[in-house]
Amino acid sequence: MALVEIRDVYKKFGHVEVLKGVSLDVAEGEIVTIIGRSGSGKSTLLRCINALETIEGGEIRVEGRQIHAKMPDLRQFRQRVGIVFQAFNLFPHLNVERNVTLAPLLTGGIGKAEARALAEDVLTRVGLADKIDAWPEQLSGGQQQRVAIARCLAMKPHLMLFDEVTSALDPELVGEVLKVMEAMARQGMTMILVTHEMGFARNVANRIVFMHQGRVWEEGPPAELFAHPKTPELKSFIASVK
Amino acid sequence: MNFQPLWRYQDQLIEGVLITLALTLVAAIVGLVIGVAGAVALRGNFRPARMLVRSYIELFRNTPSLIQIFLIFFVLPSFGLKLPAFESAAVALSLYFGAYSVEIVRAGLDSIPKSQIEAGQCLGLTGWQVFRHIVLPPAMRNVYPAFTSQFVLLLLGTSLASQVAAGELFHVASFIESRTYRSFEVYAAICVIYFALVMAFKALFAVIDATAFRWPRRQ
Repeated sequence: MALVEIRDVYKKFGHVEVLKGVSLDVAEGEIVTIIGRSGSGKSTLLRCINALETIEGGEIRVEGRQIHAKMPDLRQFRQRVGIVFQAFNLFPHLNVERNVTLAPLLTGGIGKAEARALAEDVLTRVGLADKIDAWPEQLSGGQQQRVAIARCLAMKPHLMLFDEVTSALDPELVGEVLKVMEAMARQGMTMILVTHEMGFARNVANRIVFMHQGRVWEEGPPAELFAHPKTPELKSFIASVK
Repeated sequence: MNFQPLWRYQDQLIEGVLITLALTLVAAIVGLVIGVAGAVALRGNFRPARMLVRSYIELFRNTPSLIQIFLIFFVLPSFGLKLPAFESAAVALSLYFGAYSVEIVRAGLDSIPKSQIEAGQCLGLTGWQVFRHIVLPPAMRNVYPAFTSQFVLLLLGTSLASQVAAGELFHVASFIESRTYRSFEVYAAICVIYFALVMAFKALFAVIDATAFRWPRRQ
């Protein structure tokens, strides 16, 4: 059984159909990268997986359980799914330690002392142990995004979603974030990414999903997909991002 | 000019200051609670609650607060609810300050981007936890200057309570004037006292600002 099962999902914003029958399975430990032009529905699909958007048709199952915004244990579910956003979304009024430990303290029943140790642990994993007492505002974009990843790691997620996490970064800061994500991939984390980083998609992902006009247009292992795109849409997309 | 006759009324003046402070603080605290609750209702999905809060705001912001005090002191007794002068003024000023606070707090809550709320939800926090820990602190910082200037208006506005003999500073001044006939001296003196009170609160607010909102501002 796949960890994430997406079956024939439809989603509309007003009259605009953004997802038109998307189906996709992601197995435990798999790293799936979703690529496509803007407006193809990539980010919306990602947001549907942890019920930030409600779907109009089809179903999404994670660990066999159907996901929707009204599910009774939505919060427990979200605690096990980490999502990292394009704009970091750190809490500006909390220092790095509090950003990382707020949710574990409020939901996980851990104490202050354990929280500090937890923060040190996850910040070490993203290479920012020395920034534990800094304010988000004092960090570079790349550092903020690594704190955002650490904030997810503190919840010990089973699944990580990345929504264009390097798109808002200066080019020289992209590498440090991708390195952290590569390390997570090596440790066996199940990851679904929406990204424009084709190098990362090629080198780290097990599978590439090309979305076009609200549908999964083409999918396959990176080497094959990039070398032999079957559809003209993917061909022209690959040409445009090279 | 002769301030000498005023010294005899030192105790009354001190009591007047204390009652002014009590009125101000009660109205500020109750008003702020009304403000947060009203702002949450305004942003909520329950239409009757939104309409109720909206009417309340329009009613209390667009009528003289002196009349609000009078209505509570003179008119409520005919409906069987008789409040003493201080309590009447406290209720009226709380409602008055609350009406402004709703709008101030609402502006603060609106200033927090939706992405912050989503980030909290994605961490599995409850609606209350998101509000309390993620939305409210930066929201309050954003509207803190508006809140403090409204507070100053409230403090000066407590002088209206003298009209129902609530015993606050202005009422004491009128009393002293009627005994001494030293109009200029009395009113000059309480003017200085009001000014000093406002300055003291401004200093206090600056200290609160520096301790409660320590995170760096967004560049």
